[in-house]
Amino acid sequence: MKAGDLGELALRNLREAVLRNSLTTLGVAVGVASLVAMLSLGVGLQNLATKRLSNSGLFDTVIVTQRRNSEGVRRVVNPPPEKEPRVLDEEARKELERLPNVVEVYPQIRFPTEVRYNGIPYSTIVAGVPASAQTTGAFDGIQGHFFSGPNADEAILQIELAKDLSPQTATLLGKDLVVRYAEREALPPQSGEGEAAGDGGGNDAGGGGFSIVPREKKLRIVGIVETEPAAGFGGFGSGRLLIPLEVASALRAAQVNDLRDAVRETNGKPVYASLTVRAKSPTHVEGIETAIKAMGFGTFSLLDATRNLQLFFTIFDLLLAIFGSLALAVATLGIINTLVMAILERRREIGILKALGAADRDVKQLFFVEAGVMGLLGGIFGVGFGWFIGRALTWGTNIYLHRQNLPSAHVFSVPLWLVFGAIVFAVAVSLAAGLYPASRAARLNPVEALRYE
Amino acid sequence: MVTGNRAAVRAEHVSRHYEMGSALIQAVDDVTLEVGAGEFLALLGSSGSGKSTLLNLMAGLDHPTGGAILANGKNLSEMSPLELARYRSRTVGMVFQSFNLLPRMTLEENVELPLRLAEVDRGERGKRVQEALERVQLERRLTHRPNEMSGGEQQRAALARALVNRPTLLFADEPTGNLDSATGESIMQLLKEIQKTLGMTIVMVTHERPLADRFADRIAALADGKLVTDGVKS
Repeated sequence: MKAGDLGELALRNLREAVLRNSLTTLGVAVGVASLVAMLSLGVGLQNLATKRLSNSGLFDTVIVTQRRNSEGVRRVVNPPPEKEPRVLDEEARKELERLPNVVEVYPQIRFPTEVRYNGIPYSTIVAGVPASAQTTGAFDGIQGHFFSGPNADEAILQIELAKDLSPQTATLLGKDLVVRYAEREALPPQSGEGEAAGDGGGNDAGGGGFSIVPREKKLRIVGIVETEPAAGFGGFGSGRLLIPLEVASALRAAQVNDLRDAVRETNGKPVYASLTVRAKSPTHVEGIETAIKAMGFGTFSLLDATRNLQLFFTIFDLLLAIFGSLALAVATLGIINTLVMAILERRREIGILKALGAADRDVKQLFFVEAGVMGLLGGIFGVGFGWFIGRALTWGTNIYLHRQNLPSAHVFSVPLWLVFGAIVFAVAVSLAAGLYPASRAARLNPVEALRYE
Repeated sequence: MVTGNRAAVRAEHVSRHYEMGSALIQAVDDVTLEVGAGEFLALLGSSGSGKSTLLNLMAGLDHPTGGAILANGKNLSEMSPLELARYRSRTVGMVFQSFNLLPRMTLEENVELPLRLAEVDRGERGKRVQEALERVQLERRLTHRPNEMSGGEQQRAALARALVNRPTLLFADEPTGNLDSATGESIMQLLKEIQKTLGMTIVMVTHERPLADRFADRIAALADGKLVTDGVKS
């Protein structure tokens, strides 16, 4: 029989027992909805975690250190160096910036400070924030706005610090505060070599050491962030008062590692304790790390953690899919039951079809198409139900999150592959369910079937 | 007995036995019978004589347990299931005592069904359906369903369905069994007319001797699965 005729007859048969077939289709739809809901939840949570972690900069960041300076991050056991290890200076920073798939390279600047607001002092940590942080999502949900420019004398407060300054945090926006900090001031070289070069975050102690001079800087509060934004491990995560990186560099504030570097041989050039290299995406981290190691620097990234995370979500999705498929398995039994009932009811009809020239193949295909149509419709409606369940879950979750003073989150995601995958899966499962009834119908003896009343 | 025409269908020492528990039912037992092309043969016999079983064997609906059925020289037992289905679809037309129209289909759809199974083009189907329904004078009842028609109309509809694929063999199993005598008579006249005008070979199972005498060219009688007489008309 031609495909068109097969389809017409199958649809006609389905319409004849519309209630039973609708209920069976509904069963498939519920099964698919359950599967879609579960998998969408898995995908949504994975997306959410990936986005949050990506925003945190944990997985697209490589920390670069001078090899002998790697303690505290990861101890690199190297053979005794044959030559002087490479210095992590401005030249090296620019070289790192030229590596493929590197978005930016910046030093980490973080220093203790005393903030004065309305004349009252507060101790906190200042962290320099690169301009690129604005686009990574780290400052999503900011109250106010990001820095107006890379050299703006502006500050963004972490909510805890903002609450310390004023219970009505919103009133802080546009107000000024004063930052008191310890500036490194280079001393003249003792042996007449190594002119101090005042380059930002680098150690500009030169060959003659430095002195500490208290300074003040007035900054305007332009934003308050609810969560603690980060830019990779060891980034500006622990800073409560965030200022533009360029401004932080220009302050030449004394940092923790300055005392150590004061006694280190740097040939008078400014050197960085470490640099943060941001990759275009976490997938490029491995290649970048290899390239940096080849340059003679020590590196550290959370690549392994990323892999573990992917493994976790793969297993998580698999488990959700299994649980989601249970309902579909029950629906499959419904299809088998419906089609077996249809064989009993249409026994005589099958006999007539065979007497009129239907081949076993025609009868089998007819039942297959009926099962497939139920699967297709069930799949389409199921995806719709699943999407609806997801919307309801997201809605409910966000109400809960708002009550907990947490930002909204999309815990549910129905990607296109899931839509088509679920429909194809529903049809495949339905066809599999139709296998036994279709074979049984095809095997019916026409003489016996015609005798059936 | 053979009419002298080329054989349209031939049963050679055909047997059909069924096992029912420990009992062996010999529905058809070593029957040899030939139906010539264009002949109208009536298979006569009482209930359980094996005439319907023999008809089903000749129509390719059942397989003999012994012997062979040859249609146009081809042994049905040697045909694949698909070839057998094609034989039923294109060579054979069947009419049953209880009409066997599909109740949820209209008359037009019922008659069109064999054309669908034979994969006849859609463009051709309408013409064929119309032609078949005109032959049985039901062309004005296209949209009626079987339950909206009388018994006689339903049997005529079944006849149209049997003819729509232009078969060469028509097997009728007690076609008047569910009809009153007047309607049965009209159906028999229709069968006779079809035989004459289309030159079809008709094998009709009946237990009504008078109808067989009046309309069949030849009568073969069965009793207890055996052919007891062949060619006798009273």
